[in-house]
Order: sequence, then structure tokens, then C-alpha cells
Amino acid sequence: MAAGVATWLPFARAAAVGWLPLAKKTMPKPPVDKKSRNDEILFVNVSGLRFQTWKNTLDRYPDTLLGSSEKEFFFNEDTQEYFFDRDPEMFRHILNFYRTGKLHYPRQECIQAFDEELAFYGIVPDIIGDCCMEEYRDRKKENQERLAEDTEAEMATDTPLPPHSTSRERLWRAFENPHTSTMALVFYYVTGFFIAVSVIANVVETVPCRPLKGSKKDLPCGEKYSLAFFCMDTACVLIFTFEYLMRLFAAPSRCKFMRSVMSVIDVVAIMPYYIGLVMPENEDVSGAFVTLRVFRVFRIFKFSRHSQGLRILGYTLKSCASELGFLLFSLTMAIIIFATVMFYAEKGTKGTNFTSIPASFWYTIVTMTTLGYGDMVPNTIAGKIFGSICSLSGVLVIALPVPVIVSNFSRIYHQNQRADKMRAQQKVRLARIRLAKKGTTNAFLQYKEEGGFQNKLQYTANDSALCLKNRSSFEHQHHHLLHCLEKTTNHEFTDELTFSEMCMTESVGYRTSRSTSISSQQGVTTSCCPRRAKRRAIRLANSTVSVSRGSVQELDTLQVHKTSAGPQSSRSSLNARTEDLKLNCEDRDFTAAIISIPTPPANTPDESLPPSPAIPGILRNSRSSFTHETVKISSL
Amino acid sequence: MSQAHGFLKQLLPADETGGLYVLMLLSFFPLYCWFRKGESSEEEFQISFVCHRPEGLQILEEQTKFSKRELQFLYRAFKNECPSGVVDEDVFKLIYSQFFPQGDSSNYAHFLFEAFDTNKNGCLSFQEFVAGLSLILRGSMYDRLNWAFHFYDHDKDGFITKEEMLNIMKSIYEMMGKYVSPPIQDDIPREHVDRFFQKMDRNRDGVVTIEEFIESCQKDENIMRSMRLFDSVF
Repeated sequence: MAAGVATWLPFARAAAVGWLPLAKKTMPKPPVDKKSRNDEILFVNVSGLRFQTWKNTLDRYPDTLLGSSEKEFFFNEDTQEYFFDRDPEMFRHILNFYRTGKLHYPRQECIQAFDEELAFYGIVPDIIGDCCMEEYRDRKKENQERLAEDTEAEMATDTPLPPHSTSRERLWRAFENPHTSTMALVFYYVTGFFIAVSVIANVVETVPCRPLKGSKKDLPCGEKYSLAFFCMDTACVLIFTFEYLMRLFAAPSRCKFMRSVMSVIDVVAIMPYYIGLVMPENEDVSGAFVTLRVFRVFRIFKFSRHSQGLRILGYTLKSCASELGFLLFSLTMAIIIFATVMFYAEKGTKGTNFTSIPASFWYTIVTMTTLGYGDMVPNTIAGKIFGSICSLSGVLVIALPVPVIVSNFSRIYHQNQRADKMRAQQKVRLARIRLAKKGTTNAFLQYKEEGGFQNKLQYTANDSALCLKNRSSFEHQHHHLLHCLEKTTNHEFTDELTFSEMCMTESVGYRTSRSTSISSQQGVTTSCCPRRAKRRAIRLANSTVSVSRGSVQELDTLQVHKTSAGPQSSRSSLNARTEDLKLNCEDRDFTAAIISIPTPPANTPDESLPPSPAIPGILRNSRSSFTHETVKISSL
Repeated sequence: MSQAHGFLKQLLPADETGGLYVLMLLSFFPLYCWFRKGESSEEEFQISFVCHRPEGLQILEEQTKFSKRELQFLYRAFKNECPSGVVDEDVFKLIYSQFFPQGDSSNYAHFLFEAFDTNKNGCLSFQEFVAGLSLILRGSMYDRLNWAFHFYDHDKDGFITKEEMLNIMKSIYEMMGKYVSPPIQDDIPREHVDRFFQKMDRNRDGVVTIEEFIESCQKDENIMRSMRLFDSVF
């Protein structure tokens, strides 16, 4: 347990006052705390490093910890110093802020540690000086991106669905994370397959096939087998439409979904087909329709749902938007300049290719990107000179923004890899947390076994007493707290093994005679403590009632009150029976019997207690089963 | 008219190139918007900062029954977990859950939080924290019972109803967790509540008022004895 949390223990123990009036048994005696609790303090300054400064210096900023009266909480009377249990290295920067008025960010420190120190001392990070502000912001942004990705990855993928999700939510989840269910996976692969089929069909359509009989010209396959291609296209569009409509239905926010990039791509991919269907056979318009076929190329973008690499690429491009913009702009400038120059240089030549400035654009681009097709070459000397300058500058202009883009891509790619690694480590981490929790519980159980609750005066010097003493006072108090909780509820903590052992043993003879069932779970009843089974003499004959008995250990002291109205008890007379209890004051000595399966409480089925007229509308039953027998424990 | 038509026909040939032009034009705008969105989203990382400072040590010493040393001790613990000076409910639940590893203490922590947060602003300041603790740990028997009563009475109407008590009871049982012996059946909390009401509700009107509560508790020797253990907690 974290050391900082240990200091909250008095609070947790104080909060136990809420259990006292409810407790079924008396609270155990608290452990005797021999040493005075106070002493973690009492040294010099910030973790041993002494700092000295004028009071005025600190008073300059009265809205921080050091400048206000809050520091009195940290004043140590004995040594007459203010003691802070914080990082001394960081404190140097904090104090420099008071001295110089500028807060600097130490580059070698972790950004989160720095932020925590600032929060502790009450300093707002906005006052970081200009010299360090940019570094601070960059690191902070990186950290937050990382955290956002982590939480997104956690939430998005393998968290199990909440139990009451509607079919719509489940459908959406199936679409977003296909590996959660087999149906989703199947659908995922089917759509992927059809995207591929559609793209390949588009491509093959244009390949020249052998011509029909009696014709010399090569026909593109699309026209030769037009029916086949049409059928394939129809099938693909149907699948895509179906998928789109399903996604639209399942989306938690339909407007947001419709505006998202993927949905726009989906629409654009299938629109041409439908437009073609409804288009009349008008010659002019059908020409336009033919052009819409081009939009079918968008279908290939649907693959980005299936490939994470594509998404990373897209995200990289988005994040490098400014660099790309700069590249484009500078290239355009250079192209226009050089094209103009080349045009005027080559204007005089006969039969030149450089017929206009836009025509020279082609030459400039080909030269600057070092492609050099050679379809347009300058002939004049001036043209050649400017041409060589053009190719040299092209290399420079393109090479400049590229490293920025590359580094962005690498950063994002590594982040993605980190997300995958984190997911793999998640399981290990969870296992570790579970182990730690079990450790605490086991410590408590061991403590109980060694009879730690007995009065220490009775202890003779033996091994177990020594073991007890080795525990810290914190552990004593924590165990006392858990023990109080046990006494409140009259149940005891056990470990998983004992618990499952208990549930395995079945006592056949003790079925509930209850007809209205808790739910489908109540097939068999188990008795969880076989040695007590003999004491359970009573089986309820009441057909509408089941009693579950919890506290077996205390059966000796239990006295069950059975009201005279027992056999005819109906649910609606529950409250009436509590009135009857006043009359049946003598305790009768039988212990009640039935244990139902200790499965986690089911969602309540159908029963609801009709509000009794005696108690005006207050009693409402929100649980599935409830007892019709009130039990009076003698200790209360 | 036909001239314009002819011109248009020339410009947009009846094959795919027209579509290509359209493609280019149409895709420019969304791409531009998409890029701009990529840039602007970088500015979204807000640095928010909340800080709360408690009253001075002197004032707190007067208001509560803790000594200066004890207040210092408590404040250091408090500030360590919550440097901003206030606890919000999630942090509170997290801290409390560390003491009960087996069960789920979030509901009980929620009730506790509400009981301590006297000004109902959703955060627990050090003052509220220390005021509550002072009442419990240094208060009289009456103070403690009073605090417990207000803890149970959620809506602060002066009556504890069965439903309020059932909520508390369920949250306590949840803290025990699953692995308990004997296993907790579904109706145990309700049964416990009924027993409680049977003891506390004198006039059988289905609610427990504060007088009934205090009177019944004072009559019960066990409760009184248990209450005394709080004298030595801190």
C-alpha cells in the first residue's frame, strides 16, 4: 500500500463510526499504539537540503504555498524550520522563481514530476519564462497525447461490454472492434474481400480482351462481359450499402458519424452506382454519368478500416500539415519562376516545345523533381543555364521539409507500437495488482489465524506472539479496521480457495420449498458449512418463502424468531409481521436452515413488494429475494 | 445557345476526364478542411489548474478539537494525496478503496464523501475533512451519534427510511467482497436493515428519527462501548 495512503488510515478508521450503530457484534478492542504517531518529520528543510532565503522573497507571490500562511502547516517548532518532504533538486527551481520572477523548466526532469511539484507549491505553470515555455509545452503535449492514447486504447478494445447494452451498442462495438466476436470478424473479412473484388473488377474492366467474332478491334473486358461486371458491381454495392446502413443504425451519434471521413468515403463509393441507376438515357447527361465512374476509385480508401498502417499514414499527413503546406507553397513559387524564365529563354527558338508558360510548368516540375523525361529540352544557351539552376534548386527545395515529415511519421508509428505493447503488458499489470490485493488479504487472514485478536495480556512468549510483534503498527490498525467490518456484518473474510470449497459441498436435504424462484440459478441449494448442517432442523414448509442464512458461525447465539403468522406469510404482510414481533417476545430456539446458492446476486426478477399499507409507501423491494423471517441476534 | 453548348461539350468530353476534373475540384476542399483541422487540434491541450488553500492553522485549531501538531500531520497527509488542496470524489474513492482490497468500497465511499462534503460543492476541502474528523474522533458520544445519524440520512430530512438504510447496508456488504465465510446471500442486507429498524424504531412508524436513534443507541451497551474505541484512533 502506498505510504501516502497510510497516513489516511486514521480517516478510514474514523469513517468506521458509520458502522457502529449497525453492527451485529461488538467492535474489537483497538490495538495499543505505543509510540506517539507523530514522528515522521522533524528534520531540516527540503529533504535534508537547506535553503535560505529572505521572507520578502517568498512574500512576493502571496498566492502560492510558500508565500501564504499555508506554509505554517509545515513549520517545525523544534528546529524552527519549514520542512518539506519533496524533491530538493526541483525545489531549487521553485525558489529561483521567487528570486528572479522567472520559472525555468529543467530539461532533464520528467514533465509530470515537474507538474506535480508546481501543483504542490501552488504555482501556475503559465508563468514559465519564454526561454523554457516551448520545451515545456512540447513535452506536455507529448505526454498528454500518450495518456490520451492509453486511455483510448484501454477503452476501445478489450474492455468487456457493460451487461445491459442494447443490441445497438453491441452492433457498434462489433463494427469498431471486429475481434471481439466471431460474427464481427466474419463480417469484417467479408467486407474486406468485397472491397478487393470491387477494386480488382474496376481494374480488370479496362484490360483489353480478345475481340468478339467478326471484329478486329480489341475490346476492353468491361464491354465484352458487361453483364458479368455489372452483376459483380451490383453485388459489391449492395454489400457496401448494407454495411453503411448498419453502421448508421448502430452509431451512437448519427450526425457525428455522417460527418466522419470514413462515412463520406463510403457514400462516395456507392453513390455513382445509384446515380447511374436513376439516370435517364439522355445522351448529354449519360456522358456526365460516365465520368462518375471515376469515383469508384474511392472504394480503395475503404481499406483504411482494415489496415492500421493506412490510418497511421493518414494521421501522419494530417499532423505534418504545416510542413506539407510549406513544401507545396515553396515548390509552386519555384515552378512559376522557373517556368517563366524558361519560356522567355526559349521563346525565340523555332519549333520549340515551350509554347506557353503553363506548358513550361511541365518541364519545370519534371526537372525540379529530377525526373528528367526528356520530352522537353531547352536548346538555347540561356535556356540550358537556367535549366541547370532549376534542377539544382529543385533538389534543395524538396529535401528541406522531408525530414520533418519523416520524423513525425516515425514518432507516430512508434507511439502506435507502444499502444500495442501496452495492451500486451496490461494483462501482466492486472495480474500484479490482483496479487498485491491478495497479499493484503492473506496478511489479514494470517493475522486472524494466529489469534491476533486475543488480548495481548494473555499471551505467553511463544512464536506467534513474536510474529505478531513484527507487524507494523499500521498493519495492526488496518487489520483492526477489517475486523471491525467483519463484526459489523457478521461475516468473515476468507480466501478464494476456502470459499470455493465451501460452495462445493452440497447438502441435498435442504432444498428450499420456494416456488417463486430467485431466478434460474436456484436449482440446487448448498449448505456451506456441513458441520452445521445437523443444526439446521427446520425446513420451511412455506411455499412462498425462502430464508437464507448467512452467519453460520454464530448459530449458537442466534435465535430465530418465527412469528405465528409464519406458514401463511405472504409477501405483502411482511410489515404486518414486524408488528407481530412485539407480541412474540420469547425466543424460540431453532435455527433456520436454507442456504441458496451463493452466486452473485442476480438482477432482480419479477418480484416486487407491493407497498404495504401500514408503512406509507416507503418500503420498496429492489432485491430479488428477501427474508420473511426476522432474526434477532442476542448480542444486539 | 448551341454555341455555349458546343463549347461545354468541348470542355467536358464525354468520357472519364470530366469526372477527373470534378474529382480534383471536389477533393480539394475536404482535404483542405481536414488539414486545417489537423493543425487546429494541436492547440487543444489546456493546462487547467485548481488550487485551494485552507484557513490558517490558528483558525482551524479553534474550530476543531485537534492540536496544532495533529493538524499539521493531517494536512501533510491530505496535501500529499491532493496537491491541489481539494479531494474530488474519484480520488476519494481511490484512496478509500486501498483499505478494502477484497470488496468494492465505492458506494460506501460515495456516502462518506457526501457526509463530509458539508457545503455540497463536489469537492472535499481540508476544512471539511478536518471538521468531520474532529467530530468523530474528538467529539462527545452525542456528536458521534449525531454524525452517524446524518450519515445515514441522505436526503437530510430528519428521518432515516428503510430505503436509505438499505443503501448503506448494501454498500457495507459490498465492501466485504465475494470471498467471505459464510457467503453473503442476497437478502442479508435487507434482513439486517429490518433488524436495525426493529431495534431503533420505537413508535413503529417506519422511519427512525434522531431522538429515537440516539435514545436507542444510548440504551445499547455494546454500541456505547464500541463508540469509545474512537477515543484512541488518533
